[in-house]
Amino acid sequence: MSNNSNAALLEFVLRLGDNNLILGHRLSEWCSNGPFLEEDIALSNIALDYLGQTRILYTYAGTLEGGKTEDFYAYERFEHEFTNALITELPNGDYAHSIARQLYYSVFADLLLTELMKSKDATLSGYAAKAIKETAYHLRHATDWTLRLGDGTEESHQRMQKAIDDLFMYTGDMFATTEKEKSLVAAGIAPDVPALKAAWTKKVESVLKEATLTMPDAATWQMQGSRTNRHTEHIGYIIAEMQYVTRAYPGNKW
Amino acid sequence: MENNTVNFENVFNDKIGKNEYIEPKDWMPEKYRKTLIRQISQHAHSEVIGMQPEGNWITRAPSLRRKAILLAKIQDEGGHGLYLYSACETLGISREELIRQLHTGAAKYSSIFNYPALNWADIGAIGWLVDGAAIVNQVSLQRTSYGPYSRAMVRICKEESFHQRQGYELLLELCRGSKEQKAMAQDAMNRWWWPSLMMFGPHDADSAHSADSIKWKIKRETNDELRQKFIDKTVAQAEFLGLTIPDPDLKWNEARGHYDFGKIDWEEFNNVIKGNGPCNKQRLEHHVKVHNENAWVREAANAYAAKKAKAAKGALVA
Ligand SMILES: [Fe+2]
Ligand SMILES: [Fe+2]
Repeated sequence: MSNNSNAALLEFVLRLGDNNLILGHRLSEWCSNGPFLEEDIALSNIALDYLGQTRILYTYAGTLEGGKTEDFYAYERFEHEFTNALITELPNGDYAHSIARQLYYSVFADLLLTELMKSKDATLSGYAAKAIKETAYHLRHATDWTLRLGDGTEESHQRMQKAIDDLFMYTGDMFATTEKEKSLVAAGIAPDVPALKAAWTKKVESVLKEATLTMPDAATWQMQGSRTNRHTEHIGYIIAEMQYVTRAYPGNKW
Repeated sequence: MENNTVNFENVFNDKIGKNEYIEPKDWMPEKYRKTLIRQISQHAHSEVIGMQPEGNWITRAPSLRRKAILLAKIQDEGGHGLYLYSACETLGISREELIRQLHTGAAKYSSIFNYPALNWADIGAIGWLVDGAAIVNQVSLQRTSYGPYSRAMVRICKEESFHQRQGYELLLELCRGSKEQKAMAQDAMNRWWWPSLMMFGPHDADSAHSADSIKWKIKRETNDELRQKFIDKTVAQAEFLGLTIPDPDLKWNEARGHYDFGKIDWEEFNNVIKGNGPCNKQRLEHHVKVHNENAWVREAANAYAAKKAKAAKGALVA
């Protein structure tokens, strides 16, 4: 593989890994904070799935770069080097906000992984085949809760609608791509992510409809930035917390 | 057996005598039921409150592998809470009521979780010492006389031994590491040792509930017996790590075949029980706050389930 395509592949793998790491980090914050014990466990479980996926992807990135460890990518990069979609780094908010984010992201991940299973890169297609099983469960969990909250009580309906509306402006950024990534699409390695948008909209719309919720206006202005190193302020705190021990005691094994 | 009446109490005592399990539908003395509810709910609450000190380190865990192990462990502990709440519910009390009792202070949880997890080594020390102490207790409780409690213990013990090994392995990495890492481990040892010994409760002579519990085989071994077992198996493990146990009186007693150990600070223990531990307020207030703030989620889930049930019934009628 040429240097260029290797760099493109690395960028793509890190994009997927960063999404998983940061969303997993946010979900793990629900530990001991869930609305009841069963949900506390369910959210930790999903966080653990994301963490497992992160490790597969970072390990792969390490081989592409010739011997870097999975921990290098989580603990030795600075915040501007993370390429996760903006929606994954937003604070959890109330339960409705976390569920809305899970719905938006899980529909996206499900579509992405379905395409990635066809990748000509065996490691990526293998990763996708494993991850899609987990994502199917995440999507079911998010869908079930969207229905419960949307069609539950007056209060839960309002909270859920507000969450859906608040987060909608961050959904477009999930589909952002780069020139390097386009070269991988042409080579049959990466899916054409922006092309997934139509199916995503259709699926989200159908869940929201069943939940008696209103799909936000498609013309809503969309925040972008995750592919151009423009994060929200929130990423800094995530990274500070995550890397505190390893930065305070550099060069140690844990 | 005159008049065809069965003396329920004799049947119960007979079963206890023969080491047979008491099952939820069996007759049992009211005090047996109450004692079990107190003990099992305290155990369940401990699993759940214990998620807080460890959860406090998930986002700061210094490697992805350790983070995954920690997350999975805490998830297990939540699962233990669930089995135990279910076991408790078989005694005719609802989860809601159990949580209410936790919030009013009528029900307790293990005093150990009122200590803070301050450095990364604490996560290792909790796994090694706190889960280690819990295992000694829980292995003994696998033979408890109440069937659902015993079965919950069997499931739980398997996972607890994983937790202990993982905690120990975390400390081993630190003890083989840099000077700072080793100091971290020793600091954790210094803070967690005595509270771990207190987990077994007061000395037998001072234990309010012990006698009945032993008679009914709810507890199979006394607080002091279990504490001694824990100390005896832990000393060598500490030596292997190269950590010093913070007890100058700790010494092998050839005649007893056990380690002698120093005086436990019962004043501290009683104060932590009474609510004066470093984290009592924090732990309980956190649980209350989360529970109350999320009441709307539970209400929504109930309302939705009721709507669906009604719709299903309507469909059946139509
Ligand atoms: Fe446990
Ligand atoms: Fe445990």
